[in-house]
Amino acid sequence: MTAIADPTKAVARRPFFARPTATTGPWSWFTTVDHKKIGILYGVTAFTFFIVGGLEALLIRSQLVRPNGTILDENLYNQIFTMHGLTMIFFAVMPLSAAFFNYLLPLMIGARDVAFPRLNAFSYWVFLAAGLFLYSSILFEGMPDGGWFNYAPLNIIGPDPLSLAGAGPQIHQARMLYYSMGLQIAGIASLASAVNFIVTILNMRAPGMTLMRMPVFVWMTFVTSFLLLFAMPVIGIALWQLMLSVRWEVPFFDATNGGDPVLWQHMFWLFGHPEVYILILPAFGIVSEILPTFARKPIFGYAAMVFSGIAIGFMGWGVWAHHMFTVGLGPVANTAFALTTMFIAVPTGVKIFNWIGTLWGGQLRFKTPMLFGIGLVAMFTIGGLSGVTHAVVPHDTQQQDTYYVVAHFHYVLFGGAIMGLFGGVYYWWPKIFGWMLDDRLGKVHFWTMLVGFNLTFGPMHILGLNGMPRRIYRYDAGMGWDLWNLVSTVGAFLIAASILVFMRNVASSRRQKVPAGNDPWDARTVEWMTSSPPPPHNFDEVPVITSRDELWHRKYAGDDGEKVPVPAGASQDHGEHGGHEGHGIHMPDPSYFPLIVAAGMPIAAYGTFYEGPGMVILLAIGGAITLFGIFGWVLEPTAE
Amino acid sequence: MRGRPRWGIAWLALLLVAGCASAGDGALPQNALDPAGPVARIQDRLWDLVFPVAVVVFILVQGLIIVAVVKFRDRGEDRPPRQIAGNTRLEVMWTIIPALILVGIAVPTIATIFQLAGPPADDALTVRVIGKQYWWQFEYLNAGPGEPIRTASELHIPIDREVFIELEGRPGETEDVVDVIHSFWVPRLAGKQDYVPGHIRTMRIQADEPGTYQGQCAEFCGLSHADMRFAVIAHEPADFDAWLATQRAPAGEPTSGLLRQGEQLFSQQQCFTCHTLDGHPDNANARTGPALTHFAERQKFAGYTYDRTDENLRQWVSNPQSLKLGAQMPPYGTGVALSDQELDALVAYLQSLD
Repeated sequence: MTAIADPTKAVARRPFFARPTATTGPWSWFTTVDHKKIGILYGVTAFTFFIVGGLEALLIRSQLVRPNGTILDENLYNQIFTMHGLTMIFFAVMPLSAAFFNYLLPLMIGARDVAFPRLNAFSYWVFLAAGLFLYSSILFEGMPDGGWFNYAPLNIIGPDPLSLAGAGPQIHQARMLYYSMGLQIAGIASLASAVNFIVTILNMRAPGMTLMRMPVFVWMTFVTSFLLLFAMPVIGIALWQLMLSVRWEVPFFDATNGGDPVLWQHMFWLFGHPEVYILILPAFGIVSEILPTFARKPIFGYAAMVFSGIAIGFMGWGVWAHHMFTVGLGPVANTAFALTTMFIAVPTGVKIFNWIGTLWGGQLRFKTPMLFGIGLVAMFTIGGLSGVTHAVVPHDTQQQDTYYVVAHFHYVLFGGAIMGLFGGVYYWWPKIFGWMLDDRLGKVHFWTMLVGFNLTFGPMHILGLNGMPRRIYRYDAGMGWDLWNLVSTVGAFLIAASILVFMRNVASSRRQKVPAGNDPWDARTVEWMTSSPPPPHNFDEVPVITSRDELWHRKYAGDDGEKVPVPAGASQDHGEHGGHEGHGIHMPDPSYFPLIVAAGMPIAAYGTFYEGPGMVILLAIGGAITLFGIFGWVLEPTAE
Repeated sequence: MRGRPRWGIAWLALLLVAGCASAGDGALPQNALDPAGPVARIQDRLWDLVFPVAVVVFILVQGLIIVAVVKFRDRGEDRPPRQIAGNTRLEVMWTIIPALILVGIAVPTIATIFQLAGPPADDALTVRVIGKQYWWQFEYLNAGPGEPIRTASELHIPIDREVFIELEGRPGETEDVVDVIHSFWVPRLAGKQDYVPGHIRTMRIQADEPGTYQGQCAEFCGLSHADMRFAVIAHEPADFDAWLATQRAPAGEPTSGLLRQGEQLFSQQQCFTCHTLDGHPDNANARTGPALTHFAERQKFAGYTYDRTDENLRQWVSNPQSLKLGAQMPPYGTGVALSDQELDALVAYLQSLD
């Protein structure tokens, strides 16, 4: 909105710098506070990191395709597998989930934006800053190389204490600082988002949308946000302890000086286990929206789906030491965690059965989103079953730290989270961009990915049980591991091919631009009531909600459980005028300050690498930028 | 579309069968599915219980998906289907039944946890194991009078006798420098236990038959984690006693000019700073590197990674990092290069230490 200013008044009131007003054009992406644009920013950036993480995976698989591979030496391999894990978890899956939360949450609850739009933008910029900071390590001392879990005392002592291999203490310290500070900054993004989404869900639902009328996806966003809120501080503390240990020899984890390396494991996994539920619950939410739409039936057992999600959220805090069954906590602790780990399978199993119940008796339309949704149900089941076998502690001592575990978590994270996220991409793409992705190419993507994925990770179950440990840069001939490693590598390249198919689909569909319309899938929830793409203010009139699956009830009148389509017109809620000027809807103004506050953080983080004046200067500059940004944020007027 | 889910499921079933078929294959030296001793067998029995249950659940779930996908596919009806919101009785059942199955798995699991956590047998052979970047040290604590026999990478044991392993990570309890977490894993004999700085951990292994059982470190420990391997070599009791006797002998005296030259170089290159040769006048009982008193009895070296050939040894001594990047041994011991002839002499001396 550009009001024509009275020249006399403009001179007297000119602010320090004018608040931006543009909501279109390339620069608007840097100042946007619109949850939809922020969602797209998250999605594109996360997808880019997913490609990078995927290339790292291909390097790993190329090295392991045959015994005694020579593509990567120990030094590089350890960096690559560490960054593969960090990238996929913190910079691909979490932000892809955030992309969906950002884009869809306000639309699904009938709101115009989130509670704190500038904080939302800040979350994105901080996430980007964290990723760039972590990857800047390539240009300097090299990437973190201690694994994504980075156990003590290795994270303190390093892999080459005598500096004989070019990875001595100085280099090691730098790599650990990239890890520690990079993840700290990323954690801030997640915390800010968590607060934002919780407040939005509690306060900004449309009239009539009680908690038990919210879509399951919104519930999963809600639970995930609480998990983030409580889990990120735990790793935050651990990362501070690591930074202090590495930089100033504070002996938190030093057994020779009163510390305990097992403390790091407890801190890490107390975060790390809720983290895996943070990774999967959004995909569970997505699938819970896709299956009902393409089965033309409601989610089976809505209450159970909600409460099992909440149960998983709570119980997920009680299982962390199942990552530590071989560290020697003793039979009593191991028993307790074996039991909690087994029983968290119960609410998870409930979801699987309820999803099958959703399909049962439906009219199943196998469009691409549906294929990915069913794929998640099938593949996550496999990962869940191998997870239950991990709970059998005496046998877990054979499984732990082997490729059997790698198989398990890739089945749940790739077969589960990634499949669910791609399902969401195909499902909501028309809403976000206004045009359809080609369904045939989508199916090619799905099947290639499904086959490639199973070829990559299925054999890893066997490799693990046949004695192949994790995190080894090479293995000898004569171990009996050659065939399945070869098969696994072939599968990995198939996965890569499927991603190329997806990217081709995006490019060619964009050229064709088949218009989507408001509701191309005959869906059930209110985001499909508005245009594709939605206007900046989401809804011309905020819908009044009278039931779960509100849109479906408007389109189909009820009649003893039989639904009869209502003649055209009822799904259109907004007036004929279009545009928001006539309705007087004021949306939050764009702002530079979220980006500025974010930009100061990596600069300050670089300060920890130096001593004396260098450290002080960098901390001061970074701190000053962030502080300036905070003051600007707080004090900036609205655009008018 | 109809046949395709069946393909996927059939392929997965094939994978399972292949996986099971690969068990018991002699060409899988670290096969956890082929236990060779009572501890691994007890652990494997739990797998024999839980794996079939998992397979049944797998078949049930995938089967239901396949049936649903075939039976309920859209046939172009104009009305949507019955909008069934749930079925409380079914949902309660599929909450309770899995919980009961899990109880059935939990009971033997817990029993086994406690069974394997007991104290050592009265006649157990006790071995102190210390993990270092990047090799395993073994000390026989109760194998006879005198100082404990100390070896590296190849753990000789008698068959049919419990070997109680103490993974000693407490800095005050050992002269050894304690570094990072490692994990001691010889799959055919037992599941793994971590070596944890600051703590002592225990486990037991036992072999039924004579033979060589391979293992390796299973907790990421840095650059050469992949090359921190070891072997458990099990003997008939009489052969084991004979082996113990050879271990008590001091390092062999050189018997030729070349070997004498090699012995002198060993001292000159400061090898005694890190390595032990029992009985040698220059010996300092150093524990930084593996004991070399009976080096030439070993099948492999450098953490059970390389065959003990002259060529490998020449390369190792001259440039350890070229064979194992993380090796914490400086080239030539002191960094001072040797001529080819001197290197030959030193290697010959090492190869004579049986």
